[in-house]
Amino acid sequence: MNHDVYMAGFGGQGILLIGNLLAYATILEGNQASYFPAYGVEKRGGAATCTIVMSDKSVGSPVVGEPEAALLLNPLSMEKYYSHVRSGGFALINSSLIDDDGSRRTDIKRLLIPANEMALAIGDSRLVNMIVLGAYVEYSKVVSVDSLKEALKEVLPERNHRFLPMNHQALEAGAEFCRQAFAS
Amino acid sequence: MTTTEMKKVFSRPDSLKDVQTHYCPGCQHGTIHRLVADALDYFGIKDQTIGVASVGCSVFLYGYFDIDVIEAPHGRAPAVATGAKRVHPNRPVFTYQGDGDLAAIGTSEIIHTANRGEKLTVIFVNNTTYGMTGGQMAPTSLPGQKTSTSPEGRDVNTDGYPIRMAELLSGLEGTAYSVRVAVDTPKHVLQAGKAIRKAFKTQLDGQGFAFVEVLATCPTNWGMDPLKANERIAEEMIPCFPLGVYKDATE
Amino acid sequence: MTKRLFVKGNEAVAMGALEAGCRYYFGYPITPQSDIPEYISREMPKLGGQFIQAESEVASINMLLGASASGARAMTSSSSPGISLKQEGISYMAGSECPGLIVNICRSGPGLGGIDASQADYFQSVKGGGHGGYHIIVLAPDSVQEMYDMAMLAFDLSDRYRVPAMILADAVIGQMKEGLTPHSYVAPDDLEVKDWALIGDGKAGEQKVVKSLYLGDGELEAHNNHLHAKYAVMQVKEVRYEGVELDDAELVVTAYGSTARIAKTAVRLAREQGMKVGLLRPITLFPFPKAAFKEHTSAGQKVLCFELNNGQMVEDVRLSVPRTDVSFYGRAPGAGSLPTPEEFLDQIRTHYEA
Repeated sequence: MNHDVYMAGFGGQGILLIGNLLAYATILEGNQASYFPAYGVEKRGGAATCTIVMSDKSVGSPVVGEPEAALLLNPLSMEKYYSHVRSGGFALINSSLIDDDGSRRTDIKRLLIPANEMALAIGDSRLVNMIVLGAYVEYSKVVSVDSLKEALKEVLPERNHRFLPMNHQALEAGAEFCRQAFAS
Repeated sequence: MTTTEMKKVFSRPDSLKDVQTHYCPGCQHGTIHRLVADALDYFGIKDQTIGVASVGCSVFLYGYFDIDVIEAPHGRAPAVATGAKRVHPNRPVFTYQGDGDLAAIGTSEIIHTANRGEKLTVIFVNNTTYGMTGGQMAPTSLPGQKTSTSPEGRDVNTDGYPIRMAELLSGLEGTAYSVRVAVDTPKHVLQAGKAIRKAFKTQLDGQGFAFVEVLATCPTNWGMDPLKANERIAEEMIPCFPLGVYKDATE
Repeated sequence: MTKRLFVKGNEAVAMGALEAGCRYYFGYPITPQSDIPEYISREMPKLGGQFIQAESEVASINMLLGASASGARAMTSSSSPGISLKQEGISYMAGSECPGLIVNICRSGPGLGGIDASQADYFQSVKGGGHGGYHIIVLAPDSVQEMYDMAMLAFDLSDRYRVPAMILADAVIGQMKEGLTPHSYVAPDDLEVKDWALIGDGKAGEQKVVKSLYLGDGELEAHNNHLHAKYAVMQVKEVRYEGVELDDAELVVTAYGSTARIAKTAVRLAREQGMKVGLLRPITLFPFPKAAFKEHTSAGQKVLCFELNNGQMVEDVRLSVPRTDVSFYGRAPGAGSLPTPEEFLDQIRTHYEA
């Protein structure tokens, strides 16, 4: 197993949280992972980005130039990073905020997911990140949704554990959306 | 029948080695060393004490005191002493610094060490000049004082004013005891001895940072004979650096 | 089985230091290493240790000197501009043979520079950053696990030789999170009691002095020769490096720390494309693995050195193997983005085919 994913959005969309979660879940499953948040100049302008590299052997570079997958949550991220996705790779695009007709890239798989609307439907606009992460792991199978749930319990402080059911629902909704999309 | 016994009234403190110092004739480091050694003897702490030597004429502290010594970089003795004291909170730790060391390059360290209330004793020898490097202007040089780097005399408009450390440090909460003394007369020597002893007691009682500024001569760099230099203490230095207790929070 | 943790490199180095028995930390905040004092300020009191946020880098390195001279395992941490301020104290520690740990989570310079990852402090670290012609031990971890492990190793080496030790990393290694398997510290058998340290133990007539001033005739020369004799021993006994696929390598890639991680992927990609490429990663930057470079270039292999600077370690590589073809590819500090494995792979291909 050797996977990497780049995640980008604006600050407050919970990018760094799901990055942590994915890497931690990978480690809980007995594999190796690095979580590397963008640092320095790239951090300017309120952007939040991180790279997760996962492997069943030791992880090499925590930095990836052409990621296998990208989770793009806002238009600026789309603008900056969409073109970097590796040919044959996968882009998960938050269609609530990003317009893309698919003509820009024909060499990758795309999934448009209306994450903001889905989050509001579950009851909290902050669940956008979990929906997207759920969809990504359903597509990539890098970890199970159960491992994510397990990791979330450890990543979230005890006092926020009352939000766990809602987050679980969001992960599953994202996964379900992905299943449906690729089934049809 | 009467016997006449000779009573020994003066002897070398145990805390000092039986060696000749390298200090110039009329220099008062020797007197101040003696007073510090008396205090160590008085409290019986010679073998527990850690001294921190600074850069300047007193760098050879370990050559004269029979105690453990760390040699600190220029101005940094209070920081080095802080490290030592934190490791050995039950050992007496003192620094012995000159005016260039403490009041110029080491200003930051002395202020913050005092402000943290480190349980240390600081002996500060103010002789208004850089002795070891050959008599350059110090932050404590008096207005108009001629030195090798103020050949026309210290001009307060361009060189600033003599800095009064005992007063300055007395304004900090962490300072438990701050005093200025001199060793130019027998009476002053007695007072200085008491002040140094109290500064160690302050530390031993865990009451906070204790600071003793001692006005001292530097006949060589002042271009004076020892007597004249000693007179300068009362005539010129004390008017600028008044003796007294500036803070005593040890009650 | 010990539970694997998921922590930042900065936290891991702090955890390793505490596990190694470090109970005194002195430092001053600076990005990107502030996680270290933050972690230690939280954890040290639980262990009965002391944490001081000093008034300056200058004060903190001197507190370290004082604590070290008093026999304790103690540390400081900072980033490049702060490490520059500490150089005075490091020189005094080297001169007065005080062990201790200095962590440099290097940022880009010169001057205030920027906060992005950089390897531009290599020269300062390995050539004796302060005055007087000394060396310190320099370790370059390339993972979160190594940050933890090398904190322990740094204390052991530092105590063994009475030479200050530095862990040199950057924001990639410091800010990255990875799995960490903590383990108990076991002191090496050969570590001697610090009978030179000042402990205020009341033994009359056995004065102990920790100093670096030697004015007697020939004293300082003898002292310096003594220091350099220790460096020579370390050069024989303490060199550490990692070799990846070196056996049949025709091109030896070399890099340390963060750059080595990026290079590892580049080397794997090159192998997948049929290029006989290996990686030689110096772990001890001082002492430098000269002999390893000799060994792995003895059949005429070429060397390609990657660094996040304009070329520093490459000079030590060239000094190690003066007759070898050594090329360099680097990024100037402040490039704004990090080099990628793909970028390194292009360089590997160019030099491999050349």
